[in-house]
Parts: sequence; C-alpha cells; structure tokens
Amino acid sequence: MKNKAQKKPAEKIAESIFTVCAIVAIFAVCSITVYMIAKGTPALRNVGVSPLLFGTSWKPTAQDPQYGIFYIILTSIVGTAASVLLGVPVALLTAVFLTEVAGKKLVGIVYPAVELLAAIPSVIYGLLGLMLLNPLMYKLEKMVFADSATHQFTGGSNLISAVIVLEIMILPTVVNVSASAIRAVPEELRAASFALGAGKIQTIFKVTIPAAKSGIMTGVVLGIGRALGEAMAINMVAGGSVNLPLPFNSVRFLTTQLVSEMGYAEGLHRQVLFTVGLVLYVFIMSVNLILQKIRKGAVMDE
Amino acid sequence: MNKADGLSYKWSIRKTKDVLCYGLIYLCAALVVVLLAGIIGYVFVRGAGSVTFRFLTSVTSVLKGTVGIAGNIVNTVLIILLTMLIATPVGVGAAIYLNEYAKPGKLIDLVEFATETLSGIPSIIFGLFGMMFFGQTLGLGYSLITGSLTLILMVLPLITRNTQEALKTVPMSYRQGAVGLGAGKWYTIRTILLPAAMSGIITGVILAIGRIVGESAALLFTAGSAKALPKSFGGVFSKIFQSGGTMTVQLYLSATSEGDFDTAFGVAVVLLVLVFLINLGTKRLAARFDVTRK
Repeated sequence: MKNKAQKKPAEKIAESIFTVCAIVAIFAVCSITVYMIAKGTPALRNVGVSPLLFGTSWKPTAQDPQYGIFYIILTSIVGTAASVLLGVPVALLTAVFLTEVAGKKLVGIVYPAVELLAAIPSVIYGLLGLMLLNPLMYKLEKMVFADSATHQFTGGSNLISAVIVLEIMILPTVVNVSASAIRAVPEELRAASFALGAGKIQTIFKVTIPAAKSGIMTGVVLGIGRALGEAMAINMVAGGSVNLPLPFNSVRFLTTQLVSEMGYAEGLHRQVLFTVGLVLYVFIMSVNLILQKIRKGAVMDE
Repeated sequence: MNKADGLSYKWSIRKTKDVLCYGLIYLCAALVVVLLAGIIGYVFVRGAGSVTFRFLTSVTSVLKGTVGIAGNIVNTVLIILLTMLIATPVGVGAAIYLNEYAKPGKLIDLVEFATETLSGIPSIIFGLFGMMFFGQTLGLGYSLITGSLTLILMVLPLITRNTQEALKTVPMSYRQGAVGLGAGKWYTIRTILLPAAMSGIITGVILAIGRIVGESAALLFTAGSAKALPKSFGGVFSKIFQSGGTMTVQLYLSATSEGDFDTAFGVAVVLLVLVFLINLGTKRLAARFDVTRK
C-alpha cells in the first residue's frame, strides 16, 4: 500500500486537495468569528458596555447621539419566543398528521405543501405580510386603541405582524424534523401501547411524542435559530422604530436593525451596528451549541 | 352512579377528547395547505399581469419608460454560476475527504462541527461578514464577486452534506473491488465513487441554487442593487466586479423604498415559478436515486 502511494504522486496531490477543501469550512467559521468579535467590540469600549447593551434610548443621528440597544435585544428575544410558542404546537400537530394520522393520499398533499412553504423566499413572505397582514393589523389597532390619546399609530407594522410571519416561516423546519423524529419511534412501542388498551390518540400523545422528544427538541431549537436569524421578511412588516416589544408597537429586531441602517451608518454608529451583529452572533452560536448538545445526546441514547 | 355508568361516562370523555384531538390535528394540517394555496393564489393574482415578455427582457428606465427585470435576471444567473463554480468542487472535495480519507479523530470532528455551525449561521451574518471581509478587507466593494464569495460559504454545507450522504450509500464492496483490482484511491474516487454518487451531488447543487435564488439578506450589502444590463459580451466579465442586485433584492427594494408593488409582485411570480421548478427537480432526482439504489 505504502509503496503504491509513493509511486503515484497524483494520489498524494488528490489527498491534500481534498484535505484543503475540508479545512475551508473550519477556516470560514474561524474567520467569521474573529471578524465578528474584532468589529463588534470597539463600540463596546467606546460607548461603554452597559449604556450600549442596556441603554434604552436609540438616537444614533442626534446632536448628542445615544446608542442603547436594549429594546432591540429584547424585541429579538420576545419575537422569537412568541413565534416559537405559537408555531411549535401547529407544527407538531402537522407532523403527527403526516406520520400517524393521514393516509397516503393526504400525506401526498400536505407533505409537498410543507416542502414548498420552506422553499418560498423570505422576501415573498415579507411582501405578503406587508400587503395582507399590515392592513389587517391596522384595522385591529384602530379598534383596540380607539379611545387612546397616547398610542402612536403604526399603520399595522407591528410586533404581531412580525411574529405571525416568523411563525409561518419556522413551520416547515419544525414539521420536517419532528416528523422524522416521530417516524423513527419503533413500532413496538405503539404496539405495546395498543395492547394495553390505549387508543390511538392516547398512544400518540402519551407514548409516541414522548419517545420522539429529543428529535422534536432539535426541531424546536432549529426553529428558534431560524426565527432569530430571519431578517428581510420581518424588516418589511415590523415597522422599524426602536420600541419596547409590545404587541402593537412598531419594533426593531437585531437583524432588521442591520438591514435598515447598515447602508448609510458611519463612524461610531457603524461600530454599534457591528456590535448588534456580534450580539446576534452570540445568540446564534449559543443556539447552535445547544443543538449540537441535543444531537449528541440523542446519538448516545440510541 | 353505578359502575357501568361510570365506565361509559369515562368512555365518552375519552371519545370527546379523541374527536377534539383529531379535529385539531386535521385543522393544523389543513392550515398548512390553505396557507400555501393562499400565498400562491394571491401572488399569482396580483403579479401574473406584470409578467410579460417586455418585463423579462427590458431594464427599468425612466428615460425609456420601461419596467423590467432583465438586469436582475442576468445578475442572478451570474451569481449562481460564480458561486456554484467554486462551491461545488470545494463542497464535494470536503465530502470526499470526510468520507474516504479522514480517520476518526480531532480533524474530522472539527470539520463536522464547522460544517454544522456554518449551516446554522443566518444569512444576515454572512452578509455582514462578506461586506467586511470580501468587500472591505479584500477591496472588492459592492460587486457580484463579493456576493458570490459570501454565498459560497453559505451553500458549502448543503453540498458537502448531500455528497456525504450519497457517498455513504455507495456499497463498501465497490471500494474493495476497486482496491482488489489494483486501483489507487484517487482513481477509485474518480471512476467509481463520484459517478455512483452523482445524483446526490446534483441534488446538493440544485438545492444550493434554490437557496441562492431565494437569498436576499446576504446579498444586499455584498452584491448591492444595481439593475443595469451588461452592455456587451465582454461586459459580462467586467460585470463580475460591479454591483448588481438579484431578483430577490429587487423585490425587496420595489416593495419598500421604491413602492412599486406591480414590479414586486411580478418578481414574486417569477421567483415562485423558479423555486417550485427547482423543488420538482430535486424530487425527480431523489426518486431516480432511490430506484438506482434498489
């Protein structure tokens, strides 16, 4: 074997080329991390950690500029949590439908629908949110705040619109991952449950879903990651003022902050935007790490 | 209440619960289908009228009074070509390394971890990094090449993952047979493994193209938004170093700053058709893949 390798330099060259290809991914992750940290930390020094991260006033272009991004961070957390809380039950039940309830024909309709939902570009979700959801929200807003003297009307571009769009966008991810987790539950478990006299619904909710728990968790965490990182669609529907994340407020997420101001920001303002990017990156990396922990745990279980 | 009554009472509770649960399950599944149908229907109703031959072949210009997305289509195609030209060999190479060369150990864990991490990074972060690194540090500015380099990092995991899956399904006996006949590793890969894994690789490539077609956040600050067509054939090459907005970026701008919803919905129709064709393509391939495996 060794002799052969020496005889053919092509073999050696091929191996080293493939190794380099594999290292590209490591190199990419390292340089992204280094860049995010290198560009994201100067503002933390120049503005101060606590006024920047916990300040609630965002006036980057004022005479006396203020760079508090606390509401932005809060919006990302609240928006993501709300969309996941609303989206996961729907996704889980759809996954149950696909794996346990529906016959072949119905699966043949619902499954492609899930796949196509995943394939629709996010700007199209944004466009539809803008044209359909926002006017609806505006009507609702006018009803709820009819007597309020203090409420600033947003024209329907608010947190609720963004949450609904996010919820729809994470559906396919959670459905797919949960469905394959449920499919992987051994048939014996269901059979044992039926033999004990449990009905189909009881079996699904008390046996199958608990058995598929770690796979479903993977789907949920993936959904959290998607919701946290989504930018364009919610930028089109969320309004864009930096506000407390209340349902009818016009809000800014970490991602939409980048999309809407990166184009023109300069100096310290630009540095602060890089810090916003860094905060997002830290969130995403934490989600990634949790995900890999869950996956490793699932492999160990088997 | 005697025992039998209690039992039938319990039974009827269980029945009601069952019906309720089934109702909810069907409702959720129906919601998904209605959602998709609604999205497609609305986009086509609003946008189909805008999609004419002129719309697809001319460039929006106030002077000439034309509205069209030809420039954006060309930009999209160029970005896809540039990205896939580099991402495909690198992604496939990485998969070959992982599957055929690497021995279990630190490096393979690290590569797997990095690939996993890359696929979890949202496109806006890729866009930010691409703008800083390719755009500023390497001085490429807002250009198609900056956009493509950024997208390479983004689609790399897709191609690596799909190729790896395909390589895993190639039976061990193929490799042993090749070694037994005196073939070297590289020769085996070239003549046996890659052809056997071809549909997996193509699936990865098509999925990656789908992702590029739908991508916007990673391109806004890397490839920019210019919509002019290259003036000549040579212009196509210099275009690579100039700013150019893809269809998705144009849709975003039309729907926000330009407030031109007819164009936005027109682009949306074109995008939906493309994305669905791509989806169909991968399905066909996957089906063929299954048949050859059996």
